[in-house]
Amino acid sequence: MNIVIENGRVIDPKNAVDRNASLFIANGKVAGLGEAPAGFVAEQTIDATGCVVCPGLIDLGARLNSIEAELAAAVAGGVTSLVVPPDADPPLDEPELADRLVHRAKEIARARVLPLGALTLGLKGERLAELAGLKKAGCVAFSQASVPMIDSEALLRAMEYAATFGFAVWLQPQDYWLSRNGIAHEGEVASRLGLAGIPVAAESIAIATIVQFVRDTGCRVHLTRLSSADGVALVKAASADGLPVTFDIGVHHLLLTDNDIGYFNPHARFVPPLRTERDRQALSDAVVAGLAPICSDHTPVGADEKLLPFGEAKAGATGLEVLLPLTLRWAEAAGVTLSAALARITAAPAEVLGLQRGQLAPGATADVCVFDPAAVWQLTPDALKSRGKNSPWTGYLLNGKVRRTLVGGRVVYSG
Amino acid sequence: MHNPQLNKDGELTHLLSIEGLPQRILTQILDTAESFMEVSARDVKKVPLLRGKSVFNLFFENSTRTRTTFEIAAKRLSADVINLDINKSSASKGETLLDTIDNLCAMHANLFVVRHASSGAPFLIAEHLQRIGLNDVHVVNAGDGRHAHPTQGLLDMYTIRHYKKDFTQLRVAIVGDILHSRVARSDIHALTILGVPEVRAIGPETLLPKHLDKLGVHVFHDMEEGLKDCDVVIMLRLQNERMTGALLPSAGEYFRHYGLTPQKLAAARPDAIVMHPGPMNRGVEIHSAVADGPQAVILPQVTFGIAVRMAVMSIVAGN
Repeated sequence: MNIVIENGRVIDPKNAVDRNASLFIANGKVAGLGEAPAGFVAEQTIDATGCVVCPGLIDLGARLNSIEAELAAAVAGGVTSLVVPPDADPPLDEPELADRLVHRAKEIARARVLPLGALTLGLKGERLAELAGLKKAGCVAFSQASVPMIDSEALLRAMEYAATFGFAVWLQPQDYWLSRNGIAHEGEVASRLGLAGIPVAAESIAIATIVQFVRDTGCRVHLTRLSSADGVALVKAASADGLPVTFDIGVHHLLLTDNDIGYFNPHARFVPPLRTERDRQALSDAVVAGLAPICSDHTPVGADEKLLPFGEAKAGATGLEVLLPLTLRWAEAAGVTLSAALARITAAPAEVLGLQRGQLAPGATADVCVFDPAAVWQLTPDALKSRGKNSPWTGYLLNGKVRRTLVGGRVVYSG
Repeated sequence: MHNPQLNKDGELTHLLSIEGLPQRILTQILDTAESFMEVSARDVKKVPLLRGKSVFNLFFENSTRTRTTFEIAAKRLSADVINLDINKSSASKGETLLDTIDNLCAMHANLFVVRHASSGAPFLIAEHLQRIGLNDVHVVNAGDGRHAHPTQGLLDMYTIRHYKKDFTQLRVAIVGDILHSRVARSDIHALTILGVPEVRAIGPETLLPKHLDKLGVHVFHDMEEGLKDCDVVIMLRLQNERMTGALLPSAGEYFRHYGLTPQKLAAARPDAIVMHPGPMNRGVEIHSAVADGPQAVILPQVTFGIAVRMAVMSIVAGN
């Protein structure tokens, strides 16, 4: 179908486009910007007056407890591609499971699902999963999700094996021993509230180990959800050495600190934990500098699993429908332009994945998000399509509402 | 930040933590407790302040001593007291904490005395009661995880005031396993709020929480140095399980460095008092010669504890 999106402000950070123009879409691809391509006859016109037209968001981490509801949530949040960690139940450690997930996502036909295969069977950190088989079934890389690798030798061998085939490994750096009993950042807040602490060293030690193994194996590694200033400094040093290491940051870690735990607010419980203002500032600086994309780390948690004492409540927050508004909120606080902010959730994650998506150049796949940056809405459970209503932002007014989402040139969401 | 233990008039409606309470409320509790001391000395040890009210002792973690003192305090206020040993009932059948609370509210509970192994559990209950609009049901924290044990903190303050009169000239040392101690946290906040100029913490690095200095505490690793010229020494119980990990090598080595002996106590002021929340491990954190000596006020603490718990329950249920 031929679609024209008119009267919008087109922002395509990858191609340095930021101007009012019409976007022409034909055969699922971007056909032109500004001038209609020769012979283009629009079958559908979308009026984007007052709206921003940008590439569909690419989210490097979203859990899908119920695939239908969460993919509806994704497109309602303007997310057109999302990476799914393998810590589902059961863990994504067999090619058939990956195959089924990819197939199911195609059937539902909303956002594109990019599964991460389990690096080890059952995520137990012992025996390797069938990486090549998982890859064939559609996994884009291999991961332990947020489960730490206890056995360093197993990690080294897994990275050697992955490097053999040129597969990327995604790891959330957290030392098992230093994090197994902790529930909050080891600092003043945890001391005051009597919560068992997770020191920053849990992250930095794990990064140091992984970086050394990258040096030894040449394995391409993406580090997920960094939480500390020390962690960022270590990865920066590794990149400066030319090692193939990238990292991302969860949007909540850009905006919140351990102070937000307040009086034991279970919605401020995350893995890795929220850390100090100094850490938050370092994470924000890294994103401002273009070193890391932002992801939602979408983790739907049922109300019953949050209505528990802090240390017993499940960690994580809903993210797909707040990734865009929270990124805008961060950008405003950090003094970042709209175009630069959008780059962190479009072109930058595409680059981590090695994909040509996250842009609107002619010929690119027409994954598009149309949103009203000035629209204000209140985050309430009913406002979310996700089954996960858990958010530290419940009750807050957020800026930025998605009006249309297109995947492959097809409108999959209107709001 | 909204303090969930105060109502809209700034009065105490739950006692969850000492932290964040104004000095006037602490003083009100201590003064009220003083007026109740006389009740316990009577032949008929009862006042009718909570007559017709139901106090539920909800102990998700075992503690015969604390539960007993709350039970006595509630009975002296003429309340009906129901003891629920949750380990043996609903929690083991999979009922959630808040389900249990809803059920007991349906039985018209007026006050919950809660002990729980998770830090913050009484806050969850108090917020839940507010959410469902039960503003006349009150929560008293009887110890949550490592976080707080506010009635113990208050009875410690009562004891100090009883023997030392004025808080503003004192040097107070808290000795031992502060990391895992809810008593220590409540004491630190209470001492600070009541104007004690110097609060010290003494222990090995493994038993001290990080950034203790941010709570206004001076940290010492050496007993003699830390106890020097102190007016009050608060000893903490050392749990046996602390010996199994890498926190401490042995009870013997701990006692040699941090056990309170008459020799070490000599560094404190001659009229210093020695306190302990109990139960004591003689020969681990305290020598019997000190525990049974003239400076120990450990048994009076227990007596004061009943008056303080009466004061707390009558104040929150009265607001």
